[in-house]
Amino acid sequence: MSANSTYDAIVVGGGHNGLICAAYLARAGRRVLVLEKRHVLGGAAVSEEIYPGFTFSVASYVVSLFRPHIIRELELAKHGYEIIPLDCSFLPLPDGDSLARWADGNRSRREIQRFSRKDAEVYPEFSRVMTLMGKFAKQIIDHPAPDMGSLRLKDLFGMARLGKAFKSLGPDLFHLNLKLLTLSAVDFLDLWFESEILKGPMSASGIIGTFKGVRSPGTAYVLLHHYMGELDGAFRSWGFSKGGTGGVSMACARAAESYGAEIRTSAPVMKVTVNKGRADGVVLDNGDELKAKLVVSNLDPRRTYLGLVGEEHLDGDVVKEINRFKYRGSSGKVNLALDRVPEFACRPGDGDHIRGDIAIAPNVDYLERAYDEAKYGAFSRRPFINAVIPSLTDPTVAPPGKHVMSCFIQYAPYHLKEGAEDWPHQREAFGDAVVDTLAEYIPGLRDIILHRQVLTPWDLEQQMGLTEGNIFQGELSLEQLLFQRPLAGFANYKTSIHNLWMCGSGTHPGGGVMGAGGELAAKSILKMI
Amino acid sequence: MLKTPFFPRQIELCESMNWKEWSGYHAVSSYLVLHDMEYFAFRNAAGLLDVTPLFKYRVRGKDAAAYLAQIMVRDITKQSVGRVAYLCWCNHEGKVVDDGTVMRRDEEDFFVTTADPCFSWFSRFLRGYDVTLEDVSEQIAALALQGPTSREILKQVCDANLDNLKFFRTTRARIDDFAVWISRTGYTGDLGYEIWVENEHALKLWDALMAAGRLYALRPAGLDALDVSRVEAGLILKNVDYYNALHVIIEDRKSSPYELSLGWTVKLDRPPFNGQQALRREKENGSAWAFVGLDIDWPETEALYARYGLPPEIGTSAWRKSIPIYSDPGRQNQIGYATSGTWSPILKKNIALATIQAGYHEPGTEVQFEMTVEHTRHTVTAIVHKPQFFNPERKTSNPGSTA
Repeated sequence: MSANSTYDAIVVGGGHNGLICAAYLARAGRRVLVLEKRHVLGGAAVSEEIYPGFTFSVASYVVSLFRPHIIRELELAKHGYEIIPLDCSFLPLPDGDSLARWADGNRSRREIQRFSRKDAEVYPEFSRVMTLMGKFAKQIIDHPAPDMGSLRLKDLFGMARLGKAFKSLGPDLFHLNLKLLTLSAVDFLDLWFESEILKGPMSASGIIGTFKGVRSPGTAYVLLHHYMGELDGAFRSWGFSKGGTGGVSMACARAAESYGAEIRTSAPVMKVTVNKGRADGVVLDNGDELKAKLVVSNLDPRRTYLGLVGEEHLDGDVVKEINRFKYRGSSGKVNLALDRVPEFACRPGDGDHIRGDIAIAPNVDYLERAYDEAKYGAFSRRPFINAVIPSLTDPTVAPPGKHVMSCFIQYAPYHLKEGAEDWPHQREAFGDAVVDTLAEYIPGLRDIILHRQVLTPWDLEQQMGLTEGNIFQGELSLEQLLFQRPLAGFANYKTSIHNLWMCGSGTHPGGGVMGAGGELAAKSILKMI
Repeated sequence: MLKTPFFPRQIELCESMNWKEWSGYHAVSSYLVLHDMEYFAFRNAAGLLDVTPLFKYRVRGKDAAAYLAQIMVRDITKQSVGRVAYLCWCNHEGKVVDDGTVMRRDEEDFFVTTADPCFSWFSRFLRGYDVTLEDVSEQIAALALQGPTSREILKQVCDANLDNLKFFRTTRARIDDFAVWISRTGYTGDLGYEIWVENEHALKLWDALMAAGRLYALRPAGLDALDVSRVEAGLILKNVDYYNALHVIIEDRKSSPYELSLGWTVKLDRPPFNGQQALRREKENGSAWAFVGLDIDWPETEALYARYGLPPEIGTSAWRKSIPIYSDPGRQNQIGYATSGTWSPILKKNIALATIQAGYHEPGTEVQFEMTVEHTRHTVTAIVHKPQFFNPERKTSNPGSTA
């Protein structure tokens, strides 16, 4: 093998993190190859024309947490990165009432005060505290996580930084922070709010992508994870990527290519080749072997360790820990192509209220009931739904006058009581439950559906390689975060195999189209080579 | 955005189309393209200003006075019927949440105005009191009638004995067929009244005052003119000169009443009230900061501009931004910051309101005010003054008596 056919790095998987990692490595002058199994790039951050003329953000559908310094450092705006903000969070209620929360604080206050005057005024106080907590969390997510069990200088410095961050909170917020890390989303919201009206939609943020209920301990942290988009000088926290979420991935890909990275699609990797405990290349499904000084996996921990490497190269303890890492996907997606604007019975007509996100989460009990069904292996008959209609603000994703509606659905447990492999038989029934739920608020919905795409957790696993359909490449629960993501001792983008690195959502700081995994992995690698 | 009940009249009169947002309402910035005639109306005749966007609460019940005394820094139990108190209220750290007025309409009936929504804050202290708290912000409209001729105008339309209504007093009155509450209060630092009316009668009130005002050079006035007046009067503005302690992101942004020159409103020696312990400590140990006025040296300003061949370029509007204050012209030692200021048309002075380190706050102290001329930073000497620059006798006097 000639020297110039050896890459400095091969990135397995062309999700946004893999592409960002490749872009940073290429920008530093390294020879990089990205290999993507599918014909499209982006992994779960992907746009596809599923029905003629309609572009769906098939899986991930809104962007908030994407690290702004990555946009600046990789000049992503030049490569097509464009986010259109969501102005409103809309909550239709079964009794014909509704609540819309706006970027305009006075407008939100007036909406909320119809339900509770106190909650309307406490809402900005809550936002203030979450902003402070987010500021604190930001110091954690933008650095590799120090290992609290280690006495290495690097980890000690990292812990000192963490300690400083904790100290900066002050005593009141420090105690609140402990509550945030341990309480359920509902208990945490109970510290502020008296009425149900905010607790439904706000607690729902605490369960996204986890197999927990809004009353399960630990979900308050996930609530913060979804609140952090408020930061970074962004006035509006959540947005649509122009052309669908794949737009983010494509901008990352173009940036990587502009620095000289090579990207191949429809190139599934079967194995990482390991020689004397060191990764030195990959084998493609067509038998081709490619060599590299190091391999970076954008896949989740299980696929990386047990799929790409294989148990024969692993210590028994590592295998055990990898098998214990929790996925248990709990959500699905239903994407609809619509003939016209869907009309809500509680607020008829087209309007700004449907140009943001729409939540079906009328109260805490509704959400907890949805979880009850999932606990025993069935999808929720009346699930939590978070829907967006990006075509109302981004005309590039649907023909004029037509619309796409992207619906995130929870709970759809990967482990059905009939077994995960039964999902193909239950897929349409699941889709029907979603449409039936939505139709209770949008009476004319069934008549305007041109096409329906249903993705169960099984489909997310089969199509996108998300183990057990977990959208974060592993649950965002406290025991699977920081230096324990994915494994204590093998966090910070390294693995138990020399020269094999990881950069996906299964690494610190976790999922949500942040790009932090890809960036921090690349920066860690560049310190080594 | 909401429209106040006066909107139908304002939209016809607002020739400049210059509006701004105030607590979610459309509010006129200036009716004319230049606001100075509206300012001069406040000082020489009368201006009519819509203050409906203020938050308004009714507190009623046997324990109303005791309840408010626990929240407010003033001792409301000592406030007699018919009096209005200007005051602020604090959190347990003795840091200011908001400022406003409390009007005692009757033994057990109070009317409270605030800048921020405070229903939730006030509700936190209801327990144990026989009292009801009602948010009437959206049911009660309000007009400020301010200026030397305001008394004569108001006398034309209402039945109250205004010659006897003293500064910071309130009275019930009738105008034609409807009732109003009149308080001798305002935000201009001049003779003036605020008239509180139920929404349904609001337009009749506006029309009656405008008709009666025709003989007294009354003008509708906007917030730009008010802003110039309130800086001259040294009246603080929330979110400009200070922040609500419940909403700040960092501790440094919290202020105590003493630091805002509101120490005179604090009554410490009485049963417990919010912030009492912290305020007592601060009173004993002294405050780190003080709120002052600054008289920015005009000849020096002219000389500075003259170095560039320019006349002084001082806008006619009040400004609201942070300007550093130093102890030295070399700008090595920053001792505070100005938060708002204006050219005072009546005093012919360039004035500012500032937060300054204790020790530099005594009237007469010379400090250095940063001034940027032709993209280059300089300083100009400023003399520390009490916040109140303009305080005419008519503000507090009554006919036939001296102030």
